[in-house]
Amino acid sequence: MSKSARDVVITGIGIVTSLGIGRAAHQALLSGKEPLKPAVDNNWEAHYAVHPLPEIDWSEQIPRRGDQRQMENWQRLGVFAAGLALDDAGLKNDEDACANMDLIVAAGGGERDIAVDTLIVEESRKTNDREVMLNEKLMTELRPTLFLAQLSNLLAGNISIVHKVTGSSRTFMGEEGSGVSAFETARARIAAGQSTHCLVGGALSAERPDILLMTQSVGIADKRQGEAEDPSAVTPDGVVFGSAGAFPVLESREHAEARGATIYATLDAVEGDRGSRDAGKLETRLGRLAGMVAPEAGAVDLVISGAAGEPVIAAREENWLADHFSTAQLRRQALAFGHVIEAQFPLALALGAIAVSADVPTARFSSEGEADMPTAPKTALVTALGFQRGEGMARLTRAA
Amino acid sequence: MASKFTDHLGRPIVAVTGMGVLTSLGEGIEDNWKALTAGQSGIHSITRFPTEHLSTTIGGTVDFMDIPVANSVERSHAMARKAATEALAQAGISGDFDGPLFLAAPPVEPEWSMRFDLGDRVPESARDGNAYAQFLSVLRDKPDAYVQESMLFGTISERLADDFGTRGLPVTLSTACASGATAIQLGVEAIRQGRTDRALAVATDGSVSAEALIRFSLLSALSRQNEFPEKASKPFTKDRDGFVIAEGAATLVLESLESALARGAKVLGILAGCKEKADSFHRTRSSPDGGPAIATIRGALEDAGLDESGIGYINAHGTSTPENDKMEYLAMSGVFGDHLKSIPVSSNKSMIGHTLTAAGAIEAVFSLMTITTGTLPPTINHDNPDPAIELDAVPNVKRDQAVTSVLSNSFGFGGQNACLVMTAEPA
Repeated sequence: MSKSARDVVITGIGIVTSLGIGRAAHQALLSGKEPLKPAVDNNWEAHYAVHPLPEIDWSEQIPRRGDQRQMENWQRLGVFAAGLALDDAGLKNDEDACANMDLIVAAGGGERDIAVDTLIVEESRKTNDREVMLNEKLMTELRPTLFLAQLSNLLAGNISIVHKVTGSSRTFMGEEGSGVSAFETARARIAAGQSTHCLVGGALSAERPDILLMTQSVGIADKRQGEAEDPSAVTPDGVVFGSAGAFPVLESREHAEARGATIYATLDAVEGDRGSRDAGKLETRLGRLAGMVAPEAGAVDLVISGAAGEPVIAAREENWLADHFSTAQLRRQALAFGHVIEAQFPLALALGAIAVSADVPTARFSSEGEADMPTAPKTALVTALGFQRGEGMARLTRAA
Repeated sequence: MASKFTDHLGRPIVAVTGMGVLTSLGEGIEDNWKALTAGQSGIHSITRFPTEHLSTTIGGTVDFMDIPVANSVERSHAMARKAATEALAQAGISGDFDGPLFLAAPPVEPEWSMRFDLGDRVPESARDGNAYAQFLSVLRDKPDAYVQESMLFGTISERLADDFGTRGLPVTLSTACASGATAIQLGVEAIRQGRTDRALAVATDGSVSAEALIRFSLLSALSRQNEFPEKASKPFTKDRDGFVIAEGAATLVLESLESALARGAKVLGILAGCKEKADSFHRTRSSPDGGPAIATIRGALEDAGLDESGIGYINAHGTSTPENDKMEYLAMSGVFGDHLKSIPVSSNKSMIGHTLTAAGAIEAVFSLMTITTGTLPPTINHDNPDPAIELDAVPNVKRDQAVTSVLSNSFGFGGQNACLVMTAEPA
């Protein structure tokens, strides 16, 4: 494919998962001969399996203690991963570049104070005037700054404060679809000349029981709570949340080449859609997306599936992929890293970019149901399928 | 290089062909505009929940929606649907919209009523440990899809996409108090990219609850002038003490001028310029020198191909907080200099309060109404002007004055700044 100044390329990858910190660590993991071994824990308060945060020294990317204190782990993780991305792209502390850099964050809400919520629920069982009790307790028990740690747009706000990325700042919400829209929007802006470089990504810190309501309320959470002694050895039967932050740096080829940046991959296309998943409609939609994103199906040699892990939808996607991308090898992100909601598509893109930039076959993400690759991948298809709604796809190719 | 359908940079001109609005003043553009230009306030004592123990007990809540369950998702969706229905009718578009949806929506937390209800479902023997572990045990025994429906951030845009047949994956966004402006900017960008001929920009906020109010209270952001609710929001005055939390929704149908005229649509105005610029100074405060806000206003003018003399009226962010009003004045002075004195500047928030996520879009609708009607809405409660803020605030009474270009400012927590420039249809 011929190069163009407005090609959208990936020049930096900030990544943190339960399996490690940074692009190099993940490059090493993905280059291994053995399948990835998930770090799964079910020995936390909610007794659901979770892919926990790795040990992180926040100070490496968030030097001021005051900044660290203003955030909870979700925002810390996102700001940390964003900092890694800027380092990796060679843009950290480049004041001019950061002041003109656009930012799109795919975000949910931040952590709640579980102890205060529990206290109020307990009190509610003792009083007939719940709403008045609620006022009283919230006025006295809520930590004022916790609001800022909860606000969706304050992950982006903290990235601006800590890393001085201040071109523009947008926060997209709406679970997995927000991650897809973030890249669709950023890519379209760069391709149209409306932006030259953009930091895009998201984060999830999964060790918080409140988010499990999203899956357990509809019975799609993994059902092994507290049962499996080594949960990493058992295939999950539902959604298992993970902790990850992923921030690729997107740039126009012209902008990247002018500053001599390393190009890991080109982001050729991103599309998203939503709608009913009844009777074949999901497959029809996936087909339409694939037609736009990767019309030359035979060229795709790696598929990183961002299916959430709900077994029925995951199986439908696998069957569809086997039909449409029969020559590609499948890697299922949720099995190795857990499901990271808003960060699911950003993480899949980060992993895909790492995979196509390396000159080696991509390791299996699971010891079951995935085959070794004969050669190093050159073209990757990345997908996201929301646990409730929304689908997205992107194509990445190795930098020529 | 500019043609009839392209702007000074050769980009497609973006027209507004439909608008809808809903605030504490009422439903629909006609009622709202009548009340707004009459200087009427929609602020009242809150009755949605008890206000004992609260330091602020007033708001611009929208209490006239018919919703199946009293929660933020249902209220925000119902208001957005009303505003979008009005806008599409005005635009003369029926059937599937067939363009992208950009929705500014509040980051909703589950309601406390839901937690209480889940808490009640926990058997006595299991009432131990953290509340969420208890809720999860209840849901393991009996799933409840509505719990999910009322907590996913994607619920409102999913429903609107089905309601109006929008195309592709809808974008739900939050840039705090600038969200409404950002939704419009995303639509403008998509049309300028040539990705679509039309876009639906919707902004809604029906999220006033005790917890939401208390969170802002604890940050000392809200007015405590509870005694005379309709007097509490007093932007640019000496005795302003915080914003008044409020609800509302607005929708704008954005179309390339070319496609609007081709289908014979009436053009209400032009979305001529947009700009956003983030501030890295502080989580809730703006840079003391106003630098990012100044850059945002300048950028919007430049995007519209106008200079400082090209703006006839400013629809201010004007929250009535001590900090914002001072900073906004500093930023406007920085851009317009002495010329600022001759530009009328008014704040809709003096009447409708701060509609948070929806504010940027509601105020864009009112900005366009200013252009189409030749009436400047007043800043009410402007009885004791802050001497440090020398503005023609259109004090207390509307003014008949033709304007052909309006700047609308939006600034929010998290260093969010967004400005829009709207103009009359090119002659």
